[in-house]
Amino acid sequence: MTTATLGERDVRRRHKVGSYVVMSALAVVFLFPLVFMFVSSLKPDAQILSDVGSPRAFLPVGDISLENYFGVFDRVPVSRFLVNSVLVTVLTVGLGLVVNSMAGFALSRLRWRGRALVLAVVIATLIVPFETIAVPMVYWVSKLPTLVMEGGVLKYDFGWLNSYHVQIVPFVANAFSIFLFTQYFSTIPKSLDEAARIDGASWFTIYRRIVVPLAGPAFATVAILTFLPAWNQYLWPLMVVQQEELRPVMVGMQYFFQLNTAWGEVMAYTSLITLPVLAVFLAFQRAFVSSVAASGVKG
Amino acid sequence: MTTPISTTPAAGLPVPETPRQAGARRATRGAAVRRERRTGLAMAAPALVLLLLFLIVPVLLAFGLSFTNARLISPNPPRFVGLDNFLRAFTSDPVFLRSAINTFVFAAVVVPVQAGLGLLLAVLVNQKIRGVTAFRVIYFIPVVTSIVVVSILWRFMYQPDGLVNSAIDTITFGAWQGTAWLNNPDTALGAIIVLSIWQAVGFHMLIWLSGLQTIPEELYEAARMDGAGAWQQFVNVTWPGLRSTMVFVLVTITIAALGLFVQIDVMTQGGPVNSTTTLVYHAVRKGYREQETGYGATISLIFFVLVLLVALVQRYLTRDKD
Repeated sequence: MTTATLGERDVRRRHKVGSYVVMSALAVVFLFPLVFMFVSSLKPDAQILSDVGSPRAFLPVGDISLENYFGVFDRVPVSRFLVNSVLVTVLTVGLGLVVNSMAGFALSRLRWRGRALVLAVVIATLIVPFETIAVPMVYWVSKLPTLVMEGGVLKYDFGWLNSYHVQIVPFVANAFSIFLFTQYFSTIPKSLDEAARIDGASWFTIYRRIVVPLAGPAFATVAILTFLPAWNQYLWPLMVVQQEELRPVMVGMQYFFQLNTAWGEVMAYTSLITLPVLAVFLAFQRAFVSSVAASGVKG
Repeated sequence: MTTPISTTPAAGLPVPETPRQAGARRATRGAAVRRERRTGLAMAAPALVLLLLFLIVPVLLAFGLSFTNARLISPNPPRFVGLDNFLRAFTSDPVFLRSAINTFVFAAVVVPVQAGLGLLLAVLVNQKIRGVTAFRVIYFIPVVTSIVVVSILWRFMYQPDGLVNSAIDTITFGAWQGTAWLNNPDTALGAIIVLSIWQAVGFHMLIWLSGLQTIPEELYEAARMDGAGAWQQFVNVTWPGLRSTMVFVLVTITIAALGLFVQIDVMTQGGPVNSTTTLVYHAVRKGYREQETGYGATISLIFFVLVLLVALVQRYLTRDKD
């Protein structure tokens, strides 16, 4: 490298500057709509529209206030939507980590009848997109049995529509999560199991005390890859939850289109439900990036 | 748990066994094997039951209901109607055909453009220069933003007096006027294509990037020794090394593109004049909003067959060439 002539070094430097220019221009392309969203959420409707023609659209200038945010909380049950989404997301991700990692443990480390068949079926189901089964599944969950309290008496009824569990239970088991856990667990040496067995440990103890503590990266990857779709759920709750007090944030957005569209408030609402995710992403960006890379390995 | 294993002599100890001890050991090993089988099944069971109930049964239902006149809420049980739903889709439902065409057009544009741009971004951010990680993060931000939020935001930007048109006006010094992008049947699908690529391309950038990083640096050094320029290095080293990544990227984009729904639902509801209706949107419209579960299942099934075909092509392209 040190033998590079002056000309070559010049070329390399020009190349580097060019890269920065192109990358910065692209950064603007990817950021401007979001900057526009956050900035507009602070402005009154009239100013949002009048700023559109100038760079002021991207600057927090003029009549800046949190008025739109107060308006959102006044007019829309946002806090309820947020609580619902947090509840659904936490339970879907949390239960998913337990259920799928146990399945991954059984598939990677235990010998039982039907294991090979189950693994083949799990891998085959990886390609079924949710959109394929959404419509038949609405029909299906509307027929599933459920328990309801009626006048203090527990009764047996049919139909899972309009509930929390209909938003959670169908998404707990996840073929891709099982697959990732199975892959990761099989890289942990089996000699650890044998040693623990000789000491009289049960298989569940081996799972909980040996394998789980060694599989932090796999748990992080699965948590990240299941967190985003759970928070972003739209099609499914749109169909199965009509009761407003059970709806998650993404579907709650529909509220705004029944009223006259107040864009300032819409921008405040979308900022409100985007910022927590962005904060989580920026805090754990390294883990996010490696999770996505891991998802590409399945091909 | 009481485990009898510790009471028997550990295997490998140089203690001569009596036949009786050996028999006892075999018996406890048999018990251990049985316990392993039981535990294996028990630990996999919760996931398996859930997958059965919420993946396999719905797939089978998609098949089964396609041949019936099932309705979401109906006092009558579903009746078998043979191939009526399929005939209806292909012969007497112009909106279905329009949905299929729109879906294909969307995929035909999005797949190559998004894959190509993703690769371009990956090559850019794969350079060993300062601050490159920050750019990776920035390009990935739209991916972690909900597509619902993105759709609403762009719907606002696409308004006749919105950000997109005023930007066009500024850049061309008023020489070119924008249009009401989402209300114009000629531009609505194109407008949706743009924001869809904008939202998702960062994801495939990262997939390409992890593919790029598996290519050993020595190959590039060897190519440079042979006097290969940047372009020749790309064609002769990078591209051949990205084959399996390419198949994965193309297949995931294709399947996602065929499933286009949210953008349509939030931005255009399939309009204007059905210029943006898609297969999944039509399946939801029929199967859920108009409660024709049987017909909705038929459309879902047709969508599924397309996805299966794509997956089979992937299998074929990535087959082991032994």
